[in-house]
Amino acid sequence: MATNNQATGLQERMEKNIWGLVIMTAIVLSIGGIVEIVPLFTMKSTFEHNKFPEIVWDGAGKRPLSEWKTGDGIRPYKPLELAGRDVYIREGCYLCHSQMIRPFRDEKERYGHYSLASESMFDHPFQWGSKRTGPDLARVGGKYSDIWHRKHLRAPRSVVPESVMPNYPWLEENLVDADQIQANMEGLRAIGVPYSDADISDAPRQVEGKTEMDAMVAYLQVLGTMAKLDDSKAYRE
Amino acid sequence: MDATAEQKYSFDVVRWFAIMAVVYLVVGALVGVYIASELAWPVLNFDSPYLSFGRLRPLHTNAVIFAFGGCTLMATAFYSVQRTCGVRLWSDKMAWFTFWGWNLVVIGAVITLPLGLTQSKEYAELEWPLDILIAVVWVSYMFNFVMTIANRKSSHIYVSNWFFLGMMIMITYLHVVNSLAIPVSLFKSYSIFAGVQDAMIQWWWGHNAVGFYLTAGFLGIMYYFVPKQANRPVYSYRLSVIHFWALMFGYVWLGAHHLQYTALPDWTGSLGAAVSLAMIIPSWGGAVNGMMTLSGAWDKLRTDYVLRFLIMSLAFYAMSTFEGPVMSIKTVNALSHYTDWTIGHVHSGALGWVAMVGIGALYHLITRCFHVEMYSLKLVNLHFWAATIGAVIYVVAMWVSGIMQGLMWRAYDEYGTLAYTFAESVEAMHPYYAMRAVGGGIFLFGAVVMLYNVIMTVRKSVSEGNLEQARTTVLAPA
Repeated sequence: MATNNQATGLQERMEKNIWGLVIMTAIVLSIGGIVEIVPLFTMKSTFEHNKFPEIVWDGAGKRPLSEWKTGDGIRPYKPLELAGRDVYIREGCYLCHSQMIRPFRDEKERYGHYSLASESMFDHPFQWGSKRTGPDLARVGGKYSDIWHRKHLRAPRSVVPESVMPNYPWLEENLVDADQIQANMEGLRAIGVPYSDADISDAPRQVEGKTEMDAMVAYLQVLGTMAKLDDSKAYRE
Repeated sequence: MDATAEQKYSFDVVRWFAIMAVVYLVVGALVGVYIASELAWPVLNFDSPYLSFGRLRPLHTNAVIFAFGGCTLMATAFYSVQRTCGVRLWSDKMAWFTFWGWNLVVIGAVITLPLGLTQSKEYAELEWPLDILIAVVWVSYMFNFVMTIANRKSSHIYVSNWFFLGMMIMITYLHVVNSLAIPVSLFKSYSIFAGVQDAMIQWWWGHNAVGFYLTAGFLGIMYYFVPKQANRPVYSYRLSVIHFWALMFGYVWLGAHHLQYTALPDWTGSLGAAVSLAMIIPSWGGAVNGMMTLSGAWDKLRTDYVLRFLIMSLAFYAMSTFEGPVMSIKTVNALSHYTDWTIGHVHSGALGWVAMVGIGALYHLITRCFHVEMYSLKLVNLHFWAATIGAVIYVVAMWVSGIMQGLMWRAYDEYGTLAYTFAESVEAMHPYYAMRAVGGGIFLFGAVVMLYNVIMTVRKSVSEGNLEQARTTVLAPA
């Protein structure tokens, strides 16, 4: 053991000086994160809409959300959808459902076009998930009827016998908190989601009297439907 | 009985952290077994929001990582830093602040997570008021640790302390950056990052919670407790230097491998995967370093049950740190991502490595801090076998179900259409989900045995007066 027990140079000095060790370790630890994260904020190629501007709604932040039509492009969530998204987060749906379709043949056939970075550009926090105990939901919007979703959320096994999803009967009993929705939208606007003043002032009226079930269905039905994607275009390398 | 150590060092806070770690091991594993059972038998959700899988799963991960893992790291770091530096903790008061603060965080998690108050970032679910509390308590832990080292009597800083230190610094970075959010009410906030950037930052946190909290920190435990329990010096000093710096530099890059083939730019995922592969080398260097510490004393494994935990943990560490890089290879990841294979991999690390090395260290530390032998060595051995068998059953079940899921999702029939519906893949998982619940149940049984054994040991120490004697024996002046 004695033969390889002698440190020399820098290592020796750091082993004798706690502050040197603290500073050196702190520097070494910061490199990987900086190299991988900072470019995502600076490189234009991170977001597809820098090359294909048509996938984002040009009215976002300029015109009220009510003027948006299906396929006009990616936009912030409407108040009821946002309330549904908050329920989605609260119930931990992301733990079993991903929202990130990978560019494979089987995923295309099962779920649809692969997901783009621009599609979650207004998602604070992201909901890509990491596990598919249930199927991916990135493009579930429009695949099933509202009635199917209500039945399924209330009692999943009544429509999918093999399902292991919990029942969510309380969604129909709880009303969306109309007093909170403006604060939520203003918070999101402060960190860059382009809501207009009109969007925010009209929000309580739009969620008034709606149940969490209504909100959840509104959210699920918009997923993946905002932008019309063209199969002939290579959005990503 | 070591009255000198008892009176020289502050062991009180170490004892409490150690006891709470054992309690939280039982709690965390219990919630884990429950949610595993929910996936096998969904009726167990009982139509109650507070018991539903989506709300309890974060409670399980937080309980095992922060409650059990945190108390274990705090007990072992505060214990070993005093012993290796030859001085008392810099501040007893600050250590108690760390203890109460950390337990307050745990109580906060137990209340808020079932209520659905979550930021939805995996392993960082707690809402912003608790995040602030975590940051303050964590920094108090780090500050006390560093100041104790600054006061040391030894000339060199021992290797276990490097690893603890690396963990403390990195977790501070990760927790602060990943938790940046804008509060919109007392218990609701939105991450200031969105989409792809949020995803990268989350998995930078996610993988380094594993890489630093559950690896570097527990390697600190390994480098102190394995040599102590085996009564032999660490096998190679050079290897530990390489192990340390390679781990500190390399682990940070791995998060991106969680996002391969996603909307994260390809260069980032590939970079993460390349560094992941390279990490096999330092990881195995570390595992070899730990195991070879026993060279010439392998016979101790026959009689020393605590050593069995420590060595088995290194076997699992070697296995998981091989499996992880393999899973980060793009073609493998295409199959394994989104499946139970990931869950199996995590648990071979969590049950096999983290829990076992932590448990071994706790047994060692409890006998030293309560100045008494364990109440029953047979029960330690029973615990060892329950933990090992439980972990193996769990991991095997998830390997099979994960690979099967991945293959079913991409299978085509002779007409070129998808061979299975998603629901069919869910149905096929049922036996493995049941098997996992059984494996987890066996592991939980072992944890309960440990809790009983520890309680009886403490009672023995109290009734025989060992602790009291260690505290009051008048020492000859040094």
